[in-house]
Amino acid sequence: MEAVLLRARGVADSRAITTYLAAGGYEGWKKALSMTPEAVTQVVIDSELRGRGGAGFPTGRKWSFVPKDHPGPRYLICNADESEPGTFKDREIIEYDPHQVVEGVAIASYAIKAATAYIYIRGEFVRWANILEEAIAEARARGFLGRNILGSGADLDIWVHRGAGAYICGEETALIESIEGKRGFPRLKPPFPAVVGVFGKPTVVNNVETLACVPHIMTRGAAWFASIGRPRNTGPKLFCVSGHVNRPGVYELPLGVTFREIIYEHCGGIRGGRKLKAFFPGGTSAPIMTGGEVDVQADFDACAQAGTMLGSGGIIVLDETADMVDVADNVAHFYAHESCGQCTPCREGSDWCMDILDRMLAGHARPGDPDTLLRICRFSSAGMTICPLGDAYALPISSIVNKFRPEFEARIVAAAPLAQKKLPVLPWAGPRPGFGV
Amino acid sequence: MSTRPIEAARPDEVTTVTFDSTMEERIADVLRRYPSARAALLPVLWLCQERYGWISPGLMNAVAERLGESPAFVEGVVSFYTMYYTEPPARYVLQVCTTLSCAACGGRPLVEHLKGRLGIGFGGKTADGLFQLVGVQCLGACGGAPVVQINDDYYENLDAGRLDTVLDELKGRG
Repeated sequence: MEAVLLRARGVADSRAITTYLAAGGYEGWKKALSMTPEAVTQVVIDSELRGRGGAGFPTGRKWSFVPKDHPGPRYLICNADESEPGTFKDREIIEYDPHQVVEGVAIASYAIKAATAYIYIRGEFVRWANILEEAIAEARARGFLGRNILGSGADLDIWVHRGAGAYICGEETALIESIEGKRGFPRLKPPFPAVVGVFGKPTVVNNVETLACVPHIMTRGAAWFASIGRPRNTGPKLFCVSGHVNRPGVYELPLGVTFREIIYEHCGGIRGGRKLKAFFPGGTSAPIMTGGEVDVQADFDACAQAGTMLGSGGIIVLDETADMVDVADNVAHFYAHESCGQCTPCREGSDWCMDILDRMLAGHARPGDPDTLLRICRFSSAGMTICPLGDAYALPISSIVNKFRPEFEARIVAAAPLAQKKLPVLPWAGPRPGFGV
Repeated sequence: MSTRPIEAARPDEVTTVTFDSTMEERIADVLRRYPSARAALLPVLWLCQERYGWISPGLMNAVAERLGESPAFVEGVVSFYTMYYTEPPARYVLQVCTTLSCAACGGRPLVEHLKGRLGIGFGGKTADGLFQLVGVQCLGACGGAPVVQINDDYYENLDAGRLDTVLDELKGRG
């Protein structure tokens, strides 16, 4: 397909507003300003655009949940926290085409009648925060932001807000707490942010890639966007491929392409000609897929049907050399580190999984370990926690245990004889041979 | 790439802090972006870290005073996030990604190499105060695995040789 979101990649001076304008930039913003906010929302609803951050919720519908008669201010937040392991697409958009994001933020703000928008970007992305600041300043200098924009009467300020190192702040209510100057503790829902969001006001939080789609939808139309991909899974999608492939990177492809095509055609197959063992289809929060499931289509509905999720489109490929106990351990370390600590099943469960897996790797696996892992995961998923981080560690770990159980059993057989005895499960105080910190 | 070194204030320089006019101007510029002073906390902490290199207890007090918060609230926020340094950092902080894609693509031998070369483990600092080694979770640059962030800059597609070249250059500049 033609490049849409990545059309500027490789173009000289692609970040400059002059380059963006020459490619038809800000035409979508002008068009939006000539329409009513409701009509703009309707166009996005008709395009069937679904959120690119992970949940795949229909974007236009999310906008429409903002109460129409709310008198006070409303806020639009662009989520550039990009922290899901395996995900590096938003950085690519900002690197080559930051005005696409600024224009998307502007159109979305207008649609929900917000006069202030924040772009929440992860703290490590200093370079990309600066790129966004420059783009915003350029847009403001041209009159695309500020007061009475292009004579329309609409006002908009966009501010870049840097995070400070916390995966959980990618969760929209934790992000809102973080903007408010607090620890990033997710909020109980309802109320949903569309009703009570940042500063207690109606708020919409959209991912960078989601908002980057919006200018194109405005200029080229909902029908054009919906013609890409397949029904209910429309539009181009950025797939971030990393791990054991020959050509890792960000690929823009229509939703509905198979993982086989992504991995073998676009990424040049597995490194060293080895066999595909497993892959995470959408960041490590998504249940793992085996090499045998590579013909599944990479879109929201097909992934859900296959018992996993498209998530953020971060595909991590593992070849036959991968040790799945080690992989589970690495995943456990990530979530144990990033759990905010509010909910017991997540705080304790992710830690216990990490402990058990560290012990298994250290040669002390015990017969009950796989089932203990599954039990911990069961108690942390499906609504047992305030936010989805409980599921985010429980689903990948339980899927790895279920799909690669023989590797866990082999650890038990190979373990030191002492470990075979029935012993209480205690925090692991021995060596931690895994790589986590 | 020329990574800027961190110039960390000595602890005795930031025991009690009064913001000068430049800082006050910057803080005022941040405050006008939000409807509440509390929301300026993260950005103001960033301003402090840029200026002083780290967030001392004295700075937390000064920030609390300036924004009308309690020092305990400010410390609670500082300690929640991983990127605010609560001790003076080395001039170059090497944040090595340990998450899955980096671990799968040569991150482990890279860490072993770094530990050997610098003679320190995760959390350690070299005696000359030049390098500090930190193991971190996903940096969001998995296509360039293995990845190391040095101060504000990303270094991708590394191996021991490339990383040595970078470290030699930084060491040369001091």
